[in-house]
Amino acid sequence: MAALATIPSANEIWTWLEEVPDPEIPVVSVVDLGIVRNVGWEGGDLVVTVTPTYSGCPATAVISFDIAEALRRRGLNNVRIKTQLSPAWTTDWIGDKAREKLKAYGIAPPAGGARCVGDLKNPIVECPHCGSMATEQVSRFGSTPCKASWRCRDCLEPFDYFKSF
Amino acid sequence: MTTVLKTDTALLELALRMGDNALILGQRVGAWCGHAPVLEEDIALANVALDLIGQTKLWLSLAGEVEGKGRSADDLAFLRDVRAFRNALLVEQPNGDFAQTLMRQFLFDAWHLPMLRALKTSADARVADIAEKAEKEARYHLERTEDLIIRLGDGTEESHLRMQGALDALFPFAGELYAADAIDAELAARKIAPELATIGDAYLSYLKGALADATLTAPFDAVARRGGKQGLHTEELGFILSDMQWMQRAYPGAKW
Repeated sequence: MAALATIPSANEIWTWLEEVPDPEIPVVSVVDLGIVRNVGWEGGDLVVTVTPTYSGCPATAVISFDIAEALRRRGLNNVRIKTQLSPAWTTDWIGDKAREKLKAYGIAPPAGGARCVGDLKNPIVECPHCGSMATEQVSRFGSTPCKASWRCRDCLEPFDYFKSF
Repeated sequence: MTTVLKTDTALLELALRMGDNALILGQRVGAWCGHAPVLEEDIALANVALDLIGQTKLWLSLAGEVEGKGRSADDLAFLRDVRAFRNALLVEQPNGDFAQTLMRQFLFDAWHLPMLRALKTSADARVADIAEKAEKEARYHLERTEDLIIRLGDGTEESHLRMQGALDALFPFAGELYAADAIDAELAARKIAPELATIGDAYLSYLKGALADATLTAPFDAVARRGGKQGLHTEELGFILSDMQWMQRAYPGAKW
């Protein structure tokens, strides 16, 4: 890819990163999930600061690779991915738009957002399939580190809950 | 003139102790994958192991950085011998039955959480950052183990018997977690780590309450088994390492 004639603005780069899907939950982007913390130029390098969701999440390395790859396709060859632990990632960074996308995909969004009631330890979670509030936790853990297994007592369907963290 | 930087031994020891606890417990718990009593617990155990291995990478990377000899987290995990490991004896104890695995995890989580909480205000920013990340995971782990300890302790006659047996066998290993040595004292004086006695007080008072709810009785006056933090381990650790390290030992430098 040829080098770019003009240096893209940070805003433009954020827009590009909004198109990088999460490898495990492709319906939301790495920006939607709050994984990208900062974008800036240091000398000739574009530095993208990311934070891991869970310290052992296997998707973390794939996310860094996908970000660098997406920016390379836009003509940015000198990209550095910087990992930052503090402030620690929180599901509070997942915006309302992304919560709607998760729900439409069949994953109940984390408590603490617009759609959930109850306290964080014992949230009342809306079934993403039928909208019933009569749901219960099956396991505190699920198919990926960020999810727990739940089921609906009305439509009887099991579903993933993106746990509040 | 060249300046030879002196390695911060106390900080290195702290990173190794925290990292090796997470590594050895993660390796132990990971062995349940595909063998747990129910599917939900299988997933839970694998997820807890994953968090611990993730934390291991953070602590051992810091250890390598502090040591300054160019060793990576992988080098430290796969190429050190038994006496160089700094984990507490508790985490290397065998999985046993589900009660023993659960009790070991509970006794560890209940200490891990207040320890990480205190490390969040460490004078070393790198330690504070790792603690901030790991504390959230440890909190979630303790919520699960506390819940299960109470349900199984105060459960059927059989589950109570097994939980009490696990507590009797494992409690003597808990004391090491908050027994301070000269390194802990130096770390506390430099505000890098908390006074372990303070963590111990909070730990014991929490345990008393949770174990009473679980109708279990801890042998609080049992003599504490120690030595892991100084590299003197039970015979269990060698077997863990031979299993965990054999690939790198048989095929040095092998990569995926």
